[in-house]
Amino acid sequence: MLRPTFLLAALTVALPAYAGNDLDALRAELREMKAAYESRIQALEARLQQTEAQNAAAAALADTVVHQAAEATPAGNRLNPDISLILQGRYSHLDDVEHRAITGFLPAGHGHGASRGFSLDHTELVMSASIDPYFRGYFNLALLDEEVEIEEAWFQTTGLGNGFSLKGGRFLSGLGYQNEQHPHAWDFADNSLMYRALFGEAYGNDGVQLKWVAPTELFMEFGAEAGRGANFPGTDRNKNGAGSHVLFGHVGGDVGASNSWRAGLSYLTTKASSRDGELEDLDGVEAESLFSGRSKAWVADFVWKWAPNGNAAEQNFKFATEYFRRTESGTLACDDLDPLDPSRCSGGSTGDYQSTQSGFYAQGVYQFMPRWRTGYRYDRLDPGTVDFGLNSVNLPVTDYAPTRHSLMLDYSPSEFSRLRLQYSKDKSMEGVRENQWFVQVIHSLGAHGAHTF
Amino acid sequence: MKRLLVSLILWLPLVAHAALNVFACEPEWAALAKELGGDDVKVYAATTALQDPHRIEARPSLIAQMRRANLLVCTGAELEIGWLPVLLQNANNAAVLPGRPGYFEASRVVPLLDKPARLDRAEGDVHAAGNPHIHTDPRNILRVSEALTLRLAEIDPANAAAYRTRSQAFAVRWQAATARWEARAAPLKGLSVATQHKSFPYLLAWLGLREVAVLEPKPGVEPSVGHLARVAAQLQTTPAKMVLRAAYQSPRPADWLAQRAGIPALALPYTVGGNDRAQDLFGLFDDTIDQLLKAAP
Repeated sequence: MLRPTFLLAALTVALPAYAGNDLDALRAELREMKAAYESRIQALEARLQQTEAQNAAAAALADTVVHQAAEATPAGNRLNPDISLILQGRYSHLDDVEHRAITGFLPAGHGHGASRGFSLDHTELVMSASIDPYFRGYFNLALLDEEVEIEEAWFQTTGLGNGFSLKGGRFLSGLGYQNEQHPHAWDFADNSLMYRALFGEAYGNDGVQLKWVAPTELFMEFGAEAGRGANFPGTDRNKNGAGSHVLFGHVGGDVGASNSWRAGLSYLTTKASSRDGELEDLDGVEAESLFSGRSKAWVADFVWKWAPNGNAAEQNFKFATEYFRRTESGTLACDDLDPLDPSRCSGGSTGDYQSTQSGFYAQGVYQFMPRWRTGYRYDRLDPGTVDFGLNSVNLPVTDYAPTRHSLMLDYSPSEFSRLRLQYSKDKSMEGVRENQWFVQVIHSLGAHGAHTF
Repeated sequence: MKRLLVSLILWLPLVAHAALNVFACEPEWAALAKELGGDDVKVYAATTALQDPHRIEARPSLIAQMRRANLLVCTGAELEIGWLPVLLQNANNAAVLPGRPGYFEASRVVPLLDKPARLDRAEGDVHAAGNPHIHTDPRNILRVSEALTLRLAEIDPANAAAYRTRSQAFAVRWQAATARWEARAAPLKGLSVATQHKSFPYLLAWLGLREVAVLEPKPGVEPSVGHLARVAAQLQTTPAKMVLRAAYQSPRPADWLAQRAGIPALALPYTVGGNDRAQDLFGLFDDTIDQLLKAAP
């Protein structure tokens, strides 16, 4: 912008020949021009300032709008926890068996007798959220008539760095493959024989877990857990320190675009003190058993998934297998379960106890078209070697290998609902060949659940 | 085992000083990160154009890649809600958690279309924030590229100048290409189309196409034959000139309807890698516009 002062100077220089009144008139005119220009410039500057202020205000406004929009975007950023409720019900067609126990294996407590006909399975209430910038929390409550169980309630660090995380509270152990899955995520209507023999349902613990993920292209994670060890195969205790320890490692990766896999090896060691169970004596009379000693288990797991070009939406196939080997050593006391029905253990009898048992399951699940899946599972347990010591005269040792074949078909109208039909040929109890039919429905309400591999 | 651990630990500082590891949830963001990052970044695309980005397995390989990532570039708007949270939980990588600079959501810098009026699962797979398929409008790509450049510069200040230079060069090329596509696609304005899934609202809005029917009865719900028949009947009163689907979607519904209605069915690449021509972001739009022009009457 040309300043009026310069203009004035230029004009003065350019017009040296003017004189007298003419010059004065010209000067006056120029002064007027200068004043006019200056006032216009001031007006312009004021307008400029005003516009700038308006722009800043608009920018600030736009900023808040963007931020408000961002805040409205959920993506795991809300202040309220994600809440979901899982409804499960079934119809079971089963034989009338009074005591369901896998032949040759010490039972995992007094297992729930399977209901015949229509029944409600556990209703799960799940909540999870970031606690603060350092922790994440998760809560899973299983509800059934007159029964409320906190399945999981834990925190996990999010910012420990270098691939480490620490979890504390009650949680499902990271051992094996299926263990961390809640029943609604199982591919079959009932648990595998292996997990029933090993843990009843799954191995949960009150304790801490340290996990490390390696910074490698091949997936590698290693974890160590220490916990109370109150659950089968251990028992609750009145002691300081830890009652159970778990070590696990997993590796995994892709083969081409269509295949992926994961394999793992885990080890559990825990202690039991007067662990309660029911056993049939040599005469077939129910007796109470109390095991005290150490229980160690190895679990190997392998999962392989296929989907054409990695697109699981249309078709996909999943194969999973797990194998365990458990050694228990200590003492076993046995006594009458019902004083009116005396067993060989009448009056109580204690002997050494040593066992090495194993088993596995292998299953394949194929989604042959959107929404529809079919699957087959084979279960087999090996009673291995069992030595009852002094109780050998009271309690039977068997070489019967429990097996089961299961076939299922499920239909999922959406990610949130599933209807399943399953048939099992169950030979887990010696002398019983049972045809089992299940119709199961699973519905999940609320937060979008994301399932693990 | 011990040797492996020792070698891993020795290797850690090397990993830290290598190029910036970018984990892109979708191929379009992988392509954009490569345009902006050049040799300063190592980009891993978690999904391909042949996979449904709503339904991805939380595979171990993805967890391993996320563990190594310095920056996550995802769409957001709940597109990855079925799998990204699992990866984030298991990767133990604090740098890329939501809220940290290492977590970048493209949908945050773009005005979203199709915000649902009713948030109810009965409406199918609805995304509360709006339709997440933002990259089908090139102007959105430019918006994201500006925000992503800032983020790259924030995370890797040593190379900030290089990111800015590449970004400016990309913007010039991209604006020229966008103008070219707009000019070529001018005759398409007002064209009526049917789409299989709501994958293309941004593309349609950009080019002025009209979506007269969607094959899915609800978002994310596979169309049944009965529903397709109803759509075919509807098309007799409000005819569409073509049926559009993304390369990863099943061809059956679109082909069935196209045959019934006697109109062409197009498998648009949808994202980078969707077909042989769509090997980068430019190829993606070249091919999309070419296919639309070729099929237009």
